[in-house]
Amino acid sequence: MPSLLDAKISNGGAIVTKVEDLLNWSRLSSLWPMSFGLACCAIEMMATNASNYDLERFGIFPRSSPRQSDLMIVAGTVTFKMAERVKRLYDQMSEPRYVLSMGSCANCGGPYWEHGYHVVKGVDRVIPVDVYVPGCPPRPEALIGGLMKIQELIREERLGLTRKEALQKIAAKSAPAEEVIIAAHPFNANVKSPATEKPKQEVEEVTA
Amino acid sequence: MMNDVVQALQAKFGSAIREVIEFKGETTLLVETKSIVEICRALKDEHGFNYCADICGADRFTEEERFEVIYNLTNLDQHWRIRLKVRVDEENPVVSSVTSVWKAADWHERETYDMYGVRFEGHPDLRRMYMPEDFEYYPLRKDFPLIGVPGSIPLPDLDERAQNKNAAIRFNSGERI
Repeated sequence: MPSLLDAKISNGGAIVTKVEDLLNWSRLSSLWPMSFGLACCAIEMMATNASNYDLERFGIFPRSSPRQSDLMIVAGTVTFKMAERVKRLYDQMSEPRYVLSMGSCANCGGPYWEHGYHVVKGVDRVIPVDVYVPGCPPRPEALIGGLMKIQELIREERLGLTRKEALQKIAAKSAPAEEVIIAAHPFNANVKSPATEKPKQEVEEVTA
Repeated sequence: MMNDVVQALQAKFGSAIREVIEFKGETTLLVETKSIVEICRALKDEHGFNYCADICGADRFTEEERFEVIYNLTNLDQHWRIRLKVRVDEENPVVSSVTSVWKAADWHERETYDMYGVRFEGHPDLRRMYMPEDFEYYPLRKDFPLIGVPGSIPLPDLDERAQNKNAAIRFNSGERI
């Protein structure tokens, strides 16, 4: 399906689209995250907001009130004491709301997974998470990638489609990570899979 | 310079200064717990230690006087630093608060109380700093288990749609996950 701007009629300056698409496009183009950070991931989040990475070109600008924001970026270590506050802030946000879990701590407890009496082992034990961004902390590029996944999710939304179904639709579209990595590497341009090439080289080395 | 300060303190407080330790140019005084406020007051008023950089605790587990409270002080004009230590025993870990000398001591003392359970007498608002108010343990004590006490800190009310809520419910019931 062509996106909203592709469907522009060339000479007339008119746009033909569906109301759903228009709504989705406008929502994903002004995604306002809540401005709060919990640990060192927040520093990367601030760097992403600043002029080098410039999140405002995506229409993403942090708001200081949960009532004005659509997106919560859980950036950092969620302690038990903070989990209560995170839950309260999430409750104060109005629907439709999205949650992006940034960094290993918020995803699963990170370095505190085994030895940490104070850290919640993943913010998804308290609130539902839409997108997980791995990294410790993730680079701004990774955060932007996660935010674009949220935009993709919004683009998929339809009347009568639950969030879970929309997430499944996105998952079905994306290729497994290994294929993406192999395809992107210039040395692997002609290689289908690493398994076909490797044994050959080993045999040659042995005979030589 | 620092020798003069130490000598002046020794002349004024006598046996309240239990030990003077010089190590790598750092001066540390082990002082009597009872007279910590007076010594701090003298250091601030007479020797210009106007900045209370840090107050922390230490657990000398199995030693006679188990807990130690350490004061790192700075004279910002002369660039002098001095460290004071007091020791308290396990049964009654009480130290007088120095919030009357430096306002900054307030949160440092709360943190020490939160992590070691050393109580500060005369503190205006001795609540826990990092841990929930109803938490019963002191996590930086040596006898506190590294992975925590299962079931000691319950998670807040869960959102119904949280993906991992089953793990959280099991955690709340005291299971170690």
